[in-house]
Amino acid sequence: MAVLTIRNLHVAVEGKEILKGVDLEVKGGEIHAIMGPNGTGKSTLASAIMGHPKYEVTEGSVTLDGQDVLEMEVDERARAGLFLAMQYPSEISGVTNADFLRAAINARLGEGNEISLMKFIRKLDEKMAFLEMNPDMAHRYLNEGFSGGEKKRNEILQLMMLEPKIAILDEIDSGLDIDALKIVAKGVNEMRSSEFGCLIITHYQRLLNYITPDYVHVMMQGRIVKSGGPELAQRLEAEGYDWIKKELGIEDETVGQEA
Amino acid sequence: MATETKIPFDETYIRTFSSGRGEPDWLTARRLEALELTERLPLPKPEKTKIDKWNFTEFARHTVDSAPYAALDDLPEAVKALIEAGEGTKNLYVQRNHTPAYVSLSDELKEKGVIFTDIFTAAREHGDLLKNYFMTAVKPDEHRLVALHAALLNGGVFVYVPKNVEIETPLQAVYIQDEDDIALFNHVIIVAEDNSRVVFVENYISASREGKAVVNVVAEVFAQANASVFFAAVDHLAKGTTTYVNRRGIAGRDGRIEWALGLMNDGNTVSENITRLVGDGSFGDTKTVAVSRGEQVQNFTTSVVHYGKHTEGYILKHGVVRDSATSIFNGIGKIEHGASKSNAEQESRVLMLSEKARGDANPILLIDEDDVMAGHAASVGRIDPIQLYYLMSRGIPRRDAERLIIHGFLAPVVEAIPLEGVKNQLIEVIERKVQS
Ligand SMILES: Nc1ncnc2c1ncn2[C@@H]1O[C@H](COP(=O)(O)OP(=O)(O)OP(=O)(O)O)[C@@H](O)[C@H]1O
Ligand SMILES: [Mg+2]
Repeated sequence: MAVLTIRNLHVAVEGKEILKGVDLEVKGGEIHAIMGPNGTGKSTLASAIMGHPKYEVTEGSVTLDGQDVLEMEVDERARAGLFLAMQYPSEISGVTNADFLRAAINARLGEGNEISLMKFIRKLDEKMAFLEMNPDMAHRYLNEGFSGGEKKRNEILQLMMLEPKIAILDEIDSGLDIDALKIVAKGVNEMRSSEFGCLIITHYQRLLNYITPDYVHVMMQGRIVKSGGPELAQRLEAEGYDWIKKELGIEDETVGQEA
Repeated sequence: MATETKIPFDETYIRTFSSGRGEPDWLTARRLEALELTERLPLPKPEKTKIDKWNFTEFARHTVDSAPYAALDDLPEAVKALIEAGEGTKNLYVQRNHTPAYVSLSDELKEKGVIFTDIFTAAREHGDLLKNYFMTAVKPDEHRLVALHAALLNGGVFVYVPKNVEIETPLQAVYIQDEDDIALFNHVIIVAEDNSRVVFVENYISASREGKAVVNVVAEVFAQANASVFFAAVDHLAKGTTTYVNRRGIAGRDGRIEWALGLMNDGNTVSENITRLVGDGSFGDTKTVAVSRGEQVQNFTTSVVHYGKHTEGYILKHGVVRDSATSIFNGIGKIEHGASKSNAEQESRVLMLSEKARGDANPILLIDEDDVMAGHAASVGRIDPIQLYYLMSRGIPRRDAERLIIHGFLAPVVEAIPLEGVKNQLIEVIERKVQS
């Protein structure tokens, strides 16, 4: 069973410290949700785990099944079993979705073990049908001209094709209409197993109605300031963040501030 | 010396050469007029590239006789890879150095009056027709290199598509260089009469990657009223070859000319591609991709000139530059006075793969008419680190991710190549130029 362990993680962007000591453990079979106001470091956490070139880890550790993730290149992290559905996926002109996915799958399988074209197409057709995607999307250039919602769905398609051990979904629900939200949730639920752990970053309880989390964490000022069960998300939805701020004596929740 | 103005082949040589090929008198006369011009005219001045030290005139042999290929099976592997088995090979011209080495045209097209033959046969058998077009879109008095071309013409192909004839399968030409120290003055003419349609695909290849040679190409394309010409080319001449290539098109009323050019030479190259939209409602689309590597210097000028009303012109240029190579991309959209309701668009992008590479994109719009639309986008930069991160975050190693991005960047021409064999060769050439 996979375990992603984050210990005392400090991260800086352009010399400015954003994360100030995050501790979190995500195990296979678990779904964690991270909520928190804008600008509190949620995407920074996701990016630092995946190895985004702009984010510098200044302290702390991230391990996957005991292996030091921070020592790995971005592609090695992915092949070790990490996946990040990005808040703003890139557009790559001239590279079709299908060619890209096949390259990604083959990179995991390694030379000599490549997936056969037939098998790949079957799997792609199946997952696209599951996500109710137009088959043409396979032959369009990667995310180019995709609508916001189509990009999100395409991230989930990649998740289902690549079958990582631990996935981080950064605002996978933003910009989705209610039907698309249900489909994306269906995709994530389909992945649920004791072999799959997931960290969902979201602003809305709405998504968590469809994907029930085991744990909910609240991020403020670059730290996880509160953790609980699904009921925590419900209370946030109903009451907002003020009660937490009051409870913890936080005036300004953004990262520049200290408690 | 490369800067020598005198060319090593004189009037006597040209007279003998011309009569040896059984050329009509008008052609001999044009050669000699052009020869005179070579002494007076200056070299062209491609924007931002100095070419006065380049070797356009020094070569040991003007023309060599090479053995033709008796059958398709005898073609070199490099050529075989380009041609499709079956239908496609019915309309094929292979030129080995200067020798028309394999020529074939389907009976069906012959019956319709289509001409597809080497330039010397065309001069002998269709002289009056050829005369109307030869060196009319590109005139010998423009500069020394085209004058030299007209004087020393020693290869090429003539395509003539009569009125109302629409050709479904592409006509294919392959020019292979397998001798060193020669010069190729290759001339391509495509005439598409009213309401006709033709797709032409050509490849320039060198048998060895080092081969020394001078290549001077002029292609003239005429799309007459409501005719459509699609012209695809992949140039992949060797490192030791200096190339001047001038591809020019003239579109009549509602005529269409589309270019898909994969400019993959390994030697110094000046490429000029001009489309003149003369007729009202005519359309020009030119897509160019190029890769420069090593020490090579390349200059690519693409221009669409609007004369007719309601004309549309599109220029797309994507270039990759690595090592210490230099690539200059000049794009010129020109709308002449009177060409109202016309649209000139261009996009020019250069991707730099190394510190020492030099790349330049110069988009220019020259507009002499009020009632028009025009736009351009240009950029010179490196591979986007965020795109790279995105691909790598799916497990794709850095080098493969870079390759994907580069191939994607060059896809506009690759995807437009209408023959599978030629498309695959272009992909392989890109792969080799980018990787090694
Ligand atoms: N690349 C960057 N350059 C400069 N500042 C950055 C960068 N990335 C993040 N930051 C800053 O770090 C802080 C945290 O940003 P982050 O994107 O992690 O927030 P978030 O919690 O994901 O917010 P949201 O809910 O709005 O997505 C913000 O103040 C942001 O401006
Ligand atoms: Mg965010």
